[in-house]
Amino acid sequence: MSDVVATPPAVPTVKGGAPATSSGGDGFEGGIEGSALGDRIYAGVIWVFAICVPVLLALIALSIFLAGWPALHRFGLSFLTSSAWDPVNGKFGAAPAIYGTLVSSAIALLVATPLAIGVSVFLSEFAPPWLRQPVAFFVDLLAAIPSVVYGVWGIFVLIPLLRTALIPFLRDTLHLSVIPLFSGPNYGYSMLAAGLILAIMVLPYIASVSREVLLAVPRSQREAALALGATKWEMIRGALLPYAKSGIIGGIILGLGRALGETMAVTMVIGNRPEISASLFAPAYTMASVIANEFSEASGDLHLSALMAVGFVLFVITIIVNAIARWLVWEVSRTGSKG
Amino acid sequence: MSEPLRPSTAQKQFTAKAVQSLRRRKAVNGVMVGLIVAAAVLATIPLIVITGYLIKFGAGSVQWHFFTNMPKPEGEAGGGMANAIVGTVILIALASLFGLPIGVGAGLYLAEHRGTKLANTVRFLCDVLNGLPSIVMGIFAWQFLVRPVHHFSAWAGGVALGAMMIPMVARTTEEMVSIVPVSLREAALALGYARWRTSLTIVLRTASAGIVTGALVAIARIAGETAPLLFTVLGNSFFSTSLNQPIAALPLQIFYYGTSPYEDQHAQAWAGGLVLIVLIFVISLIARYATRGQFTGGGGD
Repeated sequence: MSDVVATPPAVPTVKGGAPATSSGGDGFEGGIEGSALGDRIYAGVIWVFAICVPVLLALIALSIFLAGWPALHRFGLSFLTSSAWDPVNGKFGAAPAIYGTLVSSAIALLVATPLAIGVSVFLSEFAPPWLRQPVAFFVDLLAAIPSVVYGVWGIFVLIPLLRTALIPFLRDTLHLSVIPLFSGPNYGYSMLAAGLILAIMVLPYIASVSREVLLAVPRSQREAALALGATKWEMIRGALLPYAKSGIIGGIILGLGRALGETMAVTMVIGNRPEISASLFAPAYTMASVIANEFSEASGDLHLSALMAVGFVLFVITIIVNAIARWLVWEVSRTGSKG
Repeated sequence: MSEPLRPSTAQKQFTAKAVQSLRRRKAVNGVMVGLIVAAAVLATIPLIVITGYLIKFGAGSVQWHFFTNMPKPEGEAGGGMANAIVGTVILIALASLFGLPIGVGAGLYLAEHRGTKLANTVRFLCDVLNGLPSIVMGIFAWQFLVRPVHHFSAWAGGVALGAMMIPMVARTTEEMVSIVPVSLREAALALGYARWRTSLTIVLRTASAGIVTGALVAIARIAGETAPLLFTVLGNSFFSTSLNQPIAALPLQIFYYGTSPYEDQHAQAWAGGLVLIVLIFVISLIARYATRGQFTGGGGD
């Protein structure tokens, strides 16, 4: 089908006795010459638009690199490993922010993945047709809520809930405080709050990819498992999920990409403290939140440059993560359509 | 006369075991199905809870003056977000002006040059761009449009948001253009239409409903973006429509109010959130409606 589109039909160069021209009112000769010229202009214009995309990405990379260069140059590799973030004395290390980004994203994926896979399996295997649309719509709409609205909700609803109920429950009622992860003072504003809000935010991304992948699993796979006497769960575990595995992993990595770069909601609930703490109840920082939080009050050029250098690290990490996710999803859809 | 067949003890044991294992497997099945249903219920709860709170805390402040009044100073009740709402509309317009033509053009290229190296590269880069954190777009616009001129501006915000729209619009345009039946294209070409006229007047027009949907979805996604605006438009507590000056925006105002210590401003933040969500949901609904019947009524005229 697409080769008709790809190979241009020969521009008609017939002279005399030619088939009818378009009824568009062009003169015969002029129409043909005009169309050849028009085709060239058209092809050139859309080529320029297409080239805008790589150029844009290159400009983005360049801008962040330029803005972060003074700090990257000054601190070198120690910028990644140092945990000193001290604007007053001009010492900057991104380790706390990198740590916070990784941990908060990990919490988000740990919470969101089972829910996302659960709801996708429910939609593809159990839900009656009338329920499918609304449930899928409800989950997908989560992606439409702006980050800043999640932030407001987090500040006024989630944080008080954590402070008064969830953290005391985990720490004291369940006595989890023996583990450093669940010990320490309870501020509400914490890594845990950021992780939970991120979990809600990445849920729709993982769920929609998993749903598509599960729906693409051939009926024969399910029927074969059921015909062998498998229960529904054994069919899901033995036939459905293995078949859809790499697609689901692609969806999870896509969700990871979202979680890594999420800014506003995290800035509003994580407490913004540049320390690496073992406790999930302690305030922390992420790469995106350190930039958003300190940008407007950056003291001096080095501080500003250090923030941009953090942005550069974030840029590189998300590019890698997204490239892996896309590659996985593409790989699945390609082998899926062949097999 | 043979005796009726009776199971041996070994057979009996085997059946007993099988029954036992079946019972266990069925129990596991029941538990897991229960967990799956529970996950589905849990996954639908956040949307209900969040919109519920928005209505509970925000609806009271969404009155006529919210849309017409300017923000009041800290501590004073009432006031509105007229400047922020106008600012957001201006920013969306700027972003569309910048992002839509490039996005649609790039999408056309992707659809018409399928399989070429450049098209594959551009498609991949679109997906990479789409996954970039929005804060990165803010830094980009700040470095090139704010830093050199030493002041924040609506322009810079429009460019940052427009840059976010490009990959989304390009990909939906590509998809919509490539599902236009080839026969339509062939018919136009057979009638002597030039390729460029076929593409612009026949193919693009047939795909227009889908492209509009894609554009609306992109607009819905950038309308609530806050992070890029921190670096570009900054916010403004006064009424400004100048594109060369800092400008107010609804998401920014929500952020400033939500993190402020004043009760009145918290109420305003909730109200702003409610207005923003309603705006985004309405745009999304229009987008859904626009594609409906695309291939039943669209090809008729």
